[in-house]
Amino acid sequence: MAGLKRFPAYLRDMQEEVEGFARGFGLEFFPIVYEVLDYKTMNEVAAYGGFPTRYPHWRFGMDYEQLAKSHEWGLSKIYEMVINTNPSYAYLLEGNSLVDQKTVMAHVCGHVDFFKHNYFFSKTNRKMIDAMANHASRVRRHMARYGQDAVEDFIDVCLSLENLIDPMSQYIVRNREDEKEDPDATEEVPKLRSTRGYMDSYINPPEFLEAQRKKREEEKKKQKKRFPEQPQRDILAFLLEHAPLDHWQRDCLEIVRNEAYYFVPQAMTKIMNEGWASYWHSKILTEKALSAAEIIDYADAMSGVLATSPGRLNPYKLGVELYRSIEERWNKGQFGKEWSECESMDQKRDWDRRLGLGRRKLFEVRKLYNDVTFIDEFFTLEFCIEQKFYSFGFSERSGNWEIMSREFKKVKDQLLRMLTNRGQPAIYVEDGNFENRSELLLRHAHEGIDLDMGQARDTLRNLYRVWTRPVSLLTKLENKGKILRCEGDNITEKSAEYA
Amino acid sequence: MSQRIDLDHGRFRQIIRGKIKQNLRKYISQGEMIAKKGKDAVSIPLPSVDIPHFKHGDKQQGGVGQGDGQPGDPLGQGQEKPGQGEAGDRPGEHLLDIEVSLQELAEIMGEELELPRIQPKGTAKIVSFKDRYTGIRTTGPESLRHFRRTFKQALRRQISMGTYNPANPIIVPIRDDKRYRSWKSEPEPQSNAVIIYMMDVSGSMGDEQKEIVRIESFWIDTWLRSQYHGIESRYIIHDAMAKEVDRDTFFKTRESGGTMISSAYKLCAKMIEDEYPPELWNIYPFHFSDGDNWSVDDTVTCVELLKTKILPHVNLFAYGQVESPYGSGQFIKDLGEHFDEDDRVVTSEIKGKEAIMDSIKDFLGKGK
Repeated sequence: MAGLKRFPAYLRDMQEEVEGFARGFGLEFFPIVYEVLDYKTMNEVAAYGGFPTRYPHWRFGMDYEQLAKSHEWGLSKIYEMVINTNPSYAYLLEGNSLVDQKTVMAHVCGHVDFFKHNYFFSKTNRKMIDAMANHASRVRRHMARYGQDAVEDFIDVCLSLENLIDPMSQYIVRNREDEKEDPDATEEVPKLRSTRGYMDSYINPPEFLEAQRKKREEEKKKQKKRFPEQPQRDILAFLLEHAPLDHWQRDCLEIVRNEAYYFVPQAMTKIMNEGWASYWHSKILTEKALSAAEIIDYADAMSGVLATSPGRLNPYKLGVELYRSIEERWNKGQFGKEWSECESMDQKRDWDRRLGLGRRKLFEVRKLYNDVTFIDEFFTLEFCIEQKFYSFGFSERSGNWEIMSREFKKVKDQLLRMLTNRGQPAIYVEDGNFENRSELLLRHAHEGIDLDMGQARDTLRNLYRVWTRPVSLLTKLENKGKILRCEGDNITEKSAEYA
Repeated sequence: MSQRIDLDHGRFRQIIRGKIKQNLRKYISQGEMIAKKGKDAVSIPLPSVDIPHFKHGDKQQGGVGQGDGQPGDPLGQGQEKPGQGEAGDRPGEHLLDIEVSLQELAEIMGEELELPRIQPKGTAKIVSFKDRYTGIRTTGPESLRHFRRTFKQALRRQISMGTYNPANPIIVPIRDDKRYRSWKSEPEPQSNAVIIYMMDVSGSMGDEQKEIVRIESFWIDTWLRSQYHGIESRYIIHDAMAKEVDRDTFFKTRESGGTMISSAYKLCAKMIEDEYPPELWNIYPFHFSDGDNWSVDDTVTCVELLKTKILPHVNLFAYGQVESPYGSGQFIKDLGEHFDEDDRVVTSEIKGKEAIMDSIKDFLGKGK
């Protein structure tokens, strides 16, 4: 790779030292391989999501241009990048001060420990560098055979659909094979409730039971006829299985889907992961690794990383503060039944059982939680007030984005809503044979926020190109059911029942 | 060494080019869409370059922040959504602001309008010299000393003399070691061009008409600049009197009163005579008016001026007539009558903003 510098000895010594401290604190990580990059190469690698080889696509070029521009204008600087593989690759920016490099190394130790131990990373391919390179060569081969434009165009379509996956499917079983029913088993027909046995034949006469049984069978048959039998969340998988695609198209779609799943845990644990890394670099540097002369530079850099600004949620800040709050609470024993039932603020303020369970709890949290459960469980009223959280929204009246509320429940709800499903709408395949014309019907599970209609229309057009038959989307707009139907370039909208 | 990203980046630029080309008519007819960025680049908002996704609409969504302030306090002005930090990271807006150099923009326009390259008149006679540092020599001023070459030379000498000590690697260059950059003067042929914009600012030219002139002259400027190395622009406004003004004034002034086109042509002819010897310059007068001239006599004077003083010297004389509710639009017909056969004269009627593109093609489509 151009711009790759040999890893200098003084940095290797530094790495050894920092990793020693990290291990001493109980962190445990994959081997880490550092590379020192100049800023151009750093921007290049960042545009590729941290990977040295990706399939050819203009979007990476676009990201690169934006990164390069914002670097040129001094708006942003990438200090550090690390990818979830074994061994983990991390990148250092050439020309950063030694304090910065040291901080980055400690930070990276935190990330890699998180990659290795957090449950949500447990299903990822740790050889993703090879997989990505493999994807790249597959796409290149298709391009050589079917033309760059055709393949790139189709990848555009796939990327437009890349968020239509089932992020949780890696961790839970959606359809249990062993629940297949025994075809011979006669099913009990639901009866009306009768408290007295002798009344039963009057309340549930045989004709009635027979009618009920028939009705149930009908329903079952109907369900069998439904396709898919249950609404399906992983739309990409559905398309892979059922859309009329050429084999190269299927291959491209599979690649996009595969990479999308790889990036799911990153998005699901952004706050936790950054918080964990920040917690540990702060611990390692301030307690062990910094010399007295370095402390000011370190503090200066940290104040930038942890800064908050209006209307901006800083995941580093939220994460690290939440870990610290957990550590303090478990050290002092501020948890459990007694704590939550205590209503005296005085008592709560001075509550200290000297349990010292903080560190142990932290390691447990980093293993088992993701952002949603992390916030749901540990974002408390006290924390919300102390950290001055507020929710904001767009006010039609003033035409401004403004602070809406400091009420704990509203703030927390808003936070959870933003994190659920990575802040994206949940969309299902409802019917793959809509109106018995092999059209596709999707359903947006509306949770109070409308879709961006402009984007929805363009995305539907892309879906149509994959499905090749009309595609409809059932959603709600300003509280009214709406169905968008796309046939070719033509999109019609009409009201519909949204139940 | 070229980077891997260069391929993807090149591809991205190519796509942008295509998009701009596709939407060129829109950009041309809506001048305000293009914002100037610095001296030689513009920023253009491009629709749907980015990849669409199913995503939530912005306005109902809101977010969470941290810091001081009361409920009801604004976070920032205007429609812009405050940044979401990385936790709420979402792809950017559907409109993407893209920076394009004027050179590239001119190329795109040239391709889309199928404009021929301009054949400069005569041979390029103005030659300027440009210094280029290309070589190394042993004498020169200290300010041009080539450090690395000097060092190497000194190192080589010390090693061969056996005075180099690796344990204490001090290199001291002597007089003979010193190397200096040397330059060559290369002649650069230059074809110089001047555009003389003239505009009627009499009472009948409203703001809309001026806007059209402004947009059209921006594109003409862009194109001609891409065709010549050095180019000058001069601006003349006139009602019954003509005067030279700067660019800003040119587009902003509004006068009332009558129109004597000949006054502008007189000034233009004088300018050419005094400052732009035609054997050295490619001269492009552009005149925009609503076509309402004061009198028939004045039109006769104009034609006379064009024939004797202006046309013999210029590459092209362009007359653009902007439609206005007040003008009679007679002048273009008069010109047509007299210069129908003359291919140095191009006239174009600009009915509205949509017609700007065709008008540009009329003007520049001859490759003169």
